[in-house]
Amino acid sequence: MTTTTPTTTGSTGAARRAPAPGASEHRSVKTGSVAWMAIPAVAFFVLFGAVPLIGVGVLSFTQWDGIGAIRWLGGGNWASVMTDPVMYKALGLTFGIMIFSWAVQTPVSLLLGVFTAGTQKYRAVLAVLYFLPLLMSAAAISIAFKALLDPNFGLAASLGIPVLVQNWLGDPTLVLFVIIFVLSWMYVPFHSLLYQGGVQQIPRSMYEAASIDGAGTVRQFFSITLPQLKYTVITSSTLMVVGSMTAFDLIFVLTAGGPGDASRVLALDMYLRGFRANQMGPASVIAVLIVLIGLGLALFLRRLGGKDANSSQMEGL
Amino acid sequence: MASTSDVAAGATPGATPSRPGPAGGLPTPATLPAGEAGGPPPRSRRRVRRPNWVGGLMGWLWLAVIIIPIYWIVITSLKPSSEYFTTNPLLPSASPTFSAYQLVLENDFVRYFLNSVIVTVGTVVPAVLVSFMAAFAIVRGSGRFVRFSSGFLLMGLAIPLQATIIPVYLLIIRLNLYDSLLALILPSIAFSIPLAVLVLSNFVRDVPNELFESMRLDGTSEWGTAWRLAFPLTRPAVVTVAIYTGLQVWNGFLLPLVLTQSQELRVLPLALWSFQGQYSVNVPAVLAAVVLSTLPILVFYVVGRRQLVSGLTAGFSK
Repeated sequence: MTTTTPTTTGSTGAARRAPAPGASEHRSVKTGSVAWMAIPAVAFFVLFGAVPLIGVGVLSFTQWDGIGAIRWLGGGNWASVMTDPVMYKALGLTFGIMIFSWAVQTPVSLLLGVFTAGTQKYRAVLAVLYFLPLLMSAAAISIAFKALLDPNFGLAASLGIPVLVQNWLGDPTLVLFVIIFVLSWMYVPFHSLLYQGGVQQIPRSMYEAASIDGAGTVRQFFSITLPQLKYTVITSSTLMVVGSMTAFDLIFVLTAGGPGDASRVLALDMYLRGFRANQMGPASVIAVLIVLIGLGLALFLRRLGGKDANSSQMEGL
Repeated sequence: MASTSDVAAGATPGATPSRPGPAGGLPTPATLPAGEAGGPPPRSRRRVRRPNWVGGLMGWLWLAVIIIPIYWIVITSLKPSSEYFTTNPLLPSASPTFSAYQLVLENDFVRYFLNSVIVTVGTVVPAVLVSFMAAFAIVRGSGRFVRFSSGFLLMGLAIPLQATIIPVYLLIIRLNLYDSLLALILPSIAFSIPLAVLVLSNFVRDVPNELFESMRLDGTSEWGTAWRLAFPLTRPAVVTVAIYTGLQVWNGFLLPLVLTQSQELRVLPLALWSFQGQYSVNVPAVLAAVVLSTLPILVFYVVGRRQLVSGLTAGFSK
């Protein structure tokens, strides 16, 4: 056993691989005496994760104003929410923002990821700067953009470009573009990091082989980079899609759902119904919808990725 | 971990191509599966990377998109409040002042900052410890409970905090914790556990079995093995998970919004939001608050950029 100490540099590839089968052998011998160490984590998550998840389902069948007693109501909340045009509008907005912000963020993050994965020094410097939005909270970003987009005194007013002087947050259509832009501003750095990690894991030999075969940069991108990044695309898309189902902080601070309810997405709809209108029952219905749709989308994207998504890459640290 | 260092080693032979013979052979064999080992594969990079015009264009464009707002935030926060309405927004003030920052600091900023610190540390430390224990149990243990825990916590990844906020609120009221910092800490711990366990268990799994075995032969208990062997060996992952969790909590907005109400319990993002409502006319002050709330993380970024970056992509880079 001592011969396979992993630190010996002289060991060949075959010897390095040796511990693997041995490991599973040992694993079968070990005792169950450590199982209790999982209890605290499981207990925590049962209490504040699983119980609330079941609870939200139960609460969707009750009447509760957030303070008083909780009364059983049956399917009343579901019936009223399912016929409520406000909910359908929120649902449509959520999907619209989801699709458009995906369509903006994915190509930008992909290109930036490939770009920053390059070895040139200046790209590393740029990557440091790209990262800055990730340091700010959604609240901070929204507050800054709210001031920046002010039609009278904001940034656009000074540049003298009339097109940019708009009532960005006061127009029901423009506000959606603003939200998509600010969401991208905030999240593209994160996703380009994912892509950067993915690109760096592609074996160089593939590019070498391709360039020997005479494939140009563009061809290499579409024939090697993109297919090799398949799982990264799926991971990133899943996070974007599920993330936009639950996007709350940014939109809440930026627009509070307005003007009117022009940017009242599902998560906001839930909050406003529950904690502003004190109708926890209908709000719970919305919450259940958020969970179900999010889960459905995540499973759908996972299917697209195929079954072996886990075996594809290693930790990109 | 062993595998990552292999990747790093795989990149190095290209750097020292001029060393033939047995010395040159040393680092290679362990790195890549056959085919690579024999011949001289190096002189790769320069030829592979041809100019990438689209990426380059996007790179500089995005730089402008990122930098212009940040630049504007910083210079505006340094303007006297009267100047904001009269000067060109893109030019720094002729007479920069920290008065906006002073106003923010006078408005209990330090208290909000401390609240954020308490909530963040109070979440990260127990969350990491508890998750590490669970990760260790999942990797080293066996039996029905361990399998259940593993599957259950993995499933937890799919539960979004936002969607459970109403029952969490109810629970916190019933526990008599409403409007306390503990009300923010407990759910934050719970919702950081699934990802932490996932990442940590991947790393505990990488600890060579021989080391566990020798600990066992020395008569060390599993508890001792966990903290004296596995914990130190998985420290990079622990740091990663701690940073990821910490950032989530530090920037969290919904929990404080719903679960606290008194002014003295505000954490930074919430304080920022109410400050903005209160001083909406004094834009430099609002932006100074934005800068101040970001400053601690920025300092952290400057000091430990690599850990921060890996912390952010924790578990997602799979």
